Amino acid sequence: MSELKLFNSVEKPTWCPACGDYGILVAVKQALAGLDLLPHQVMIVSGIGCGSKLPHYMHSNGYNSLHGRSLPIAQGIKLANHDLTVIDVTGDGDGYGIGAGHFTHVIRRNPDITHVVQNNFVYGLTKGQASPTSHKGFVTTTSPEGTIEAAMNPLAIALANGGTFVARTFAGDPKHMAKILMEAIKHKGYALVDALQPCVIYNKINTYDYYRERVYKLEETDYNATDRVAAWHKAIEWDDRIPIGIIYQETGRPTYEEQVKVLKAGPLVKQPLDGRPSEVYESLKAELV
Amino acid sequence: MPKNNINIKIGGEAGQGVESGGAGLAKALSRGGLQIYGLSDYMSRIRGGYNFFQIRVSEGPVYVHTDPVNLVIAFNEEAAQAHLSEIVPGGGIIYDKGLKVDTSSWAGRQVQAFPMPLKEIAKQIGGSDIMLNTAALGGAVGVTDYEFERIADVITQNFKRKGPQVVESNVKVAEAAYNFAQQNYAPDFDWKLSPIPGPPRMLVNGNQAFCMGAIASGCRFIAGYPMTPATTILEYMTAKANKFGIVTKQTEDETAAILMAIGASHAGVRAMTATSGGGFCLMVEALGLAGCTETPIVVVLAQRGGPSTGLPTRTEQSDLQFAIHASHGEWPRIILTPGSIDQCFEAGLRAFNLAEKYQTPVIVLTDLYLTTSIRSVELDAFDFSKVKVDRGETLFPEDMDKLSNGYYRYQLSENGVSPRAIPGHEKGVYVAVGDEHNIDGSITEDAEVRNAQMQKRMQKLETARRDIRPPEYYGAKNPEVTFIGWGSTRGALMESVDRLKASGTRASMIHFADIWPFPEEATLKLLEQCRETIAVEQNYTGQLANLIREQTGFKVDRRINKYDGRQISPDEVVAAVRKGVAANV
Repeated sequence: MSELKLFNSVEKPTWCPACGDYGILVAVKQALAGLDLLPHQVMIVSGIGCGSKLPHYMHSNGYNSLHGRSLPIAQGIKLANHDLTVIDVTGDGDGYGIGAGHFTHVIRRNPDITHVVQNNFVYGLTKGQASPTSHKGFVTTTSPEGTIEAAMNPLAIALANGGTFVARTFAGDPKHMAKILMEAIKHKGYALVDALQPCVIYNKINTYDYYRERVYKLEETDYNATDRVAAWHKAIEWDDRIPIGIIYQETGRPTYEEQVKVLKAGPLVKQPLDGRPSEVYESLKAELV
Repeated sequence: MPKNNINIKIGGEAGQGVESGGAGLAKALSRGGLQIYGLSDYMSRIRGGYNFFQIRVSEGPVYVHTDPVNLVIAFNEEAAQAHLSEIVPGGGIIYDKGLKVDTSSWAGRQVQAFPMPLKEIAKQIGGSDIMLNTAALGGAVGVTDYEFERIADVITQNFKRKGPQVVESNVKVAEAAYNFAQQNYAPDFDWKLSPIPGPPRMLVNGNQAFCMGAIASGCRFIAGYPMTPATTILEYMTAKANKFGIVTKQTEDETAAILMAIGASHAGVRAMTATSGGGFCLMVEALGLAGCTETPIVVVLAQRGGPSTGLPTRTEQSDLQFAIHASHGEWPRIILTPGSIDQCFEAGLRAFNLAEKYQTPVIVLTDLYLTTSIRSVELDAFDFSKVKVDRGETLFPEDMDKLSNGYYRYQLSENGVSPRAIPGHEKGVYVAVGDEHNIDGSITEDAEVRNAQMQKRMQKLETARRDIRPPEYYGAKNPEVTFIGWGSTRGALMESVDRLKASGTRASMIHFADIWPFPEEATLKLLEQCRETIAVEQNYTGQLANLIREQTGFKVDRRINKYDGRQISPDEVVAAVRKGVAANV
């Protein structure tokens, strides 16, 4: 039996008081314990940014990698050992900016990885610059007159690229987030969980209050999350009302790992390195004679 | 004329069958006990342009191409003129008589014209123009008096998939051309070929050789992004994936390729990636991550002409200093620079053991010449039964079960290596991180810890010296002149030593197949015995010569640098030595 405290770490987070990352950390631990997973069965991969320190603040396997580069590492880990529950944690700059190339491709591959994006619409650790999700007009040190670019819509990108699980949550409601995270981890395939996360220092617009006034839960409406066209509408809904919950889910599509022939014999790491009969190796030479 | 000693060039446009024709001819000769060195020279395009395939034939082992050509098989007008200056007196050019070839200067050069009704034969006997290159091969075999059955066997094998009718037509076309060449030109052509007894040999290129070594030593994961001349590594491993239990992945870019390999290795699987200079540029940040997280990984850097896109289908050795210094900060790495196709196999065997033993990146530096050239290699030369997989201080579940005092991934140790737990065991839970870290992997900025971890990592470079082979010494004991090289120039340098010896000059070669950590003591010991030293490199700046100066203080006397994208031949090396001046070939 698992329980939340198994995932507790002695490390104290370096996050600012009231940072949205605390809520996300609690939700991740709750979801894992709720699914009866144990720390050694889980691999949390992260990039670089405030939120990417998350693996250090909980007890589980982790790989705290490079800015923008966690998704390929997570995919490599999953391909080598698909018995591990792999969760990738990035910020918005990390996952959607510098790592956007990897983001668009991981979606179409559909590996069984849960991707949690701590989306605060700003670069926090570098002290307040615009991010790919910053809405137009957002004033920062690098955009003193307001950003002049359109904001990226990660949910729409996930839908466009054939994402099989697309969800949005709010760090101010860890209970709801844990519930959605459990669904995301259970989902067979790539699951994007875009977590709206207030940055209390550098984002004075998208605050806790801003979200509390606007968010509503899709599961409390008669919304059908298996309808891809309806999902498109929800993905672009913003401003007055912001939907949270599962925007889209498609079940039954095989994961990337399931389609790799070699992995049908079990996780790669558990397959023997050698021990094949010598004729098998000799055949490599024979074909070149 | 010595028998079984010939240089053949097959030239034409991309898409005319230069490469496949050359490979077929090489196979027919190799199966007759003759030894081959095959060089592929091609342009970065799918159709058109000018490409050639060169086959050097000998009764003994050959490690390099040479320049003088005896026979040219020209698929187009350009091929018929392109190699005139390389053809030795009495040499000949086979071409279709329908081509508009100006032969007016040939007699003066003592070059023989061998026009043949290749197209006619292909059409009348085979029923299709496509068989023109089959006819040309038949002609080449005919003019050299080689056994027709040898080429017929290869044709039969190559066209088997297309059915017995296609096989029969092609064999008949080849036979008609063979007979035509025998009757009309063979009497006037001096270079003859005939099968000799010998053990079976494979025709193998550097990439294939490396892959065989990698597979045998347990590489089970490769991620890559297509880039000449490394692409065939990913393709080869993919072709063997199911048979050997390898997961292969073509990624969105080279950054993802190395990162996936790092992820797979972190999870406990032997993993690699392969690329060329431009792709390696993209991998550089991740390389440092592997250095910091102490993740074993093998990266093949198959060099080509740079900078930037440079000469995409041409060879160069200009990434040595880049490989030694790639990525910011300081961390240990091991660099192998195999000098022959045989050594590429060995590099494949050793690289994964070294990577896991020292838990750090191993870079295998090859180049286009090594990766695309083929050589006859005896089957026994690649001995799979001797392969030893050494996973170093890797902790498997059964080792972890026995652990009683807690587990610290980055535990300090005398040799710099810390036992590495494969993730998934309840006693081995830790976080790997690219930040400086405590022994348990938690982030720190503590000065003392920083020093200790830095020293631990860098100690691995010192420990690894015991696995680094000293440079190879070849040739005279008391040399008048010594060539110094690394990587693919080994064949040219060895043959240059032999040729100088034959003409009365005591020469030798010092060749580096293991270059980092730099074997400074062994190098200095060898260099102190030399009189005149000449560094021969396929680059502009003399990167090895500079490295030797940096590491040992020894100043190499002269340099021969070649950076035109074409591999240096023994002919060029010897000519440059005789010129007696530092020369850019």
